[in-house]
Amino acid sequence: MPGSSAPWEVERQLLVKTHEKTDPRYGYKPEERPPKEYIRFGLINLDKPAGPSSHEVTAWIKRIVGAERIGHGGTLET
Amino acid sequence: MEARRVIQPLLLAGKEYVGVMRLHSEVPEKRLRGIFGEFEGRVYQKPPLRSSVKRVVRIRTIYHLDFLEMEGRNVLFRVACQAGTYIRKLCHDIGEALGCGAHMKELRRVRAGPLTEDKDSVTLHEIVYFNSRWKERGDEEALRSFIIPMERALELTPKIYIRDSAVDAICHGANLTAPGAVYFESGIKRDDQVAIMTLKGEAVALAKALVSSEDMLKLDKGFLAKTIRVLMPRGVYPRMWRSQ
Repeated sequence: MPGSSAPWEVERQLLVKTHEKTDPRYGYKPEERPPKEYIRFGLINLDKPAGPSSHEVTAWIKRIVGAERIGHGGTLET
Repeated sequence: MEARRVIQPLLLAGKEYVGVMRLHSEVPEKRLRGIFGEFEGRVYQKPPLRSSVKRVVRIRTIYHLDFLEMEGRNVLFRVACQAGTYIRKLCHDIGEALGCGAHMKELRRVRAGPLTEDKDSVTLHEIVYFNSRWKERGDEEALRSFIIPMERALELTPKIYIRDSAVDAICHGANLTAPGAVYFESGIKRDDQVAIMTLKGEAVALAKALVSSEDMLKLDKGFLAKTIRVLMPRGVYPRMWRSQ
């Protein structure tokens, strides 16, 4: 059977319904968030070493970065 | 921590792995490549004994299965597959198809949805390095080198962009109505998971499309999407009961 398109190979177009501006007084472009917000709404994609558990590593990162709260979303352990 | 909710689409997203398969006898490369080709497309798998899911046969899609290198009985391969595909089982089944048997020796995930090893991952060492540059020198570029905005996790999720005046209602859990939408991506079908975004590109909520992209373009009223998971806190955009 031939391969099919992976989700990252799908191209989408932007369909425009109307044109509208956004008010610069509210919110930020994600890349331009000031540090506190950038961290709050940020993710780390960690290339985790094989030994420690995700839980341990999450605790380390929380301490290193000084975050108030941090969670993790699952790992591949073979 | 607010970014936690974007992990759900990542868990459901396609994956890519690089792995080593150990064949139980020598197999000519040509034959191996042929069998690899046969495994692209749908495969049938029953979850292993140690699994959290119900043990019924499931259909999964292998988008690509590439032979990279072979050294004796070790085969280096790359596979792109639907979420929930067991690569260990895939290797086992390839071994069965070959006749001699095979098992998975090593596996490394190189992609989860839009996030790849090359572009988006950091090691613990890099975190410590960039974090100290940020903390000690206030180097904001360093901060942005190891932390990515949560919106990156939604790159493959089809998007609906809404006007400022529609944002806060969605943050309160309201469903998205037609007048609120400004742009959307093509290819959305009913029941697809979509991401509702501000015009600045901020994630507002994860939602379920109630109509297709084509219909969204045509509709002047009615609901376009049902809000499933709010991602933006209330009050970032002001409450506006009427559009401008």
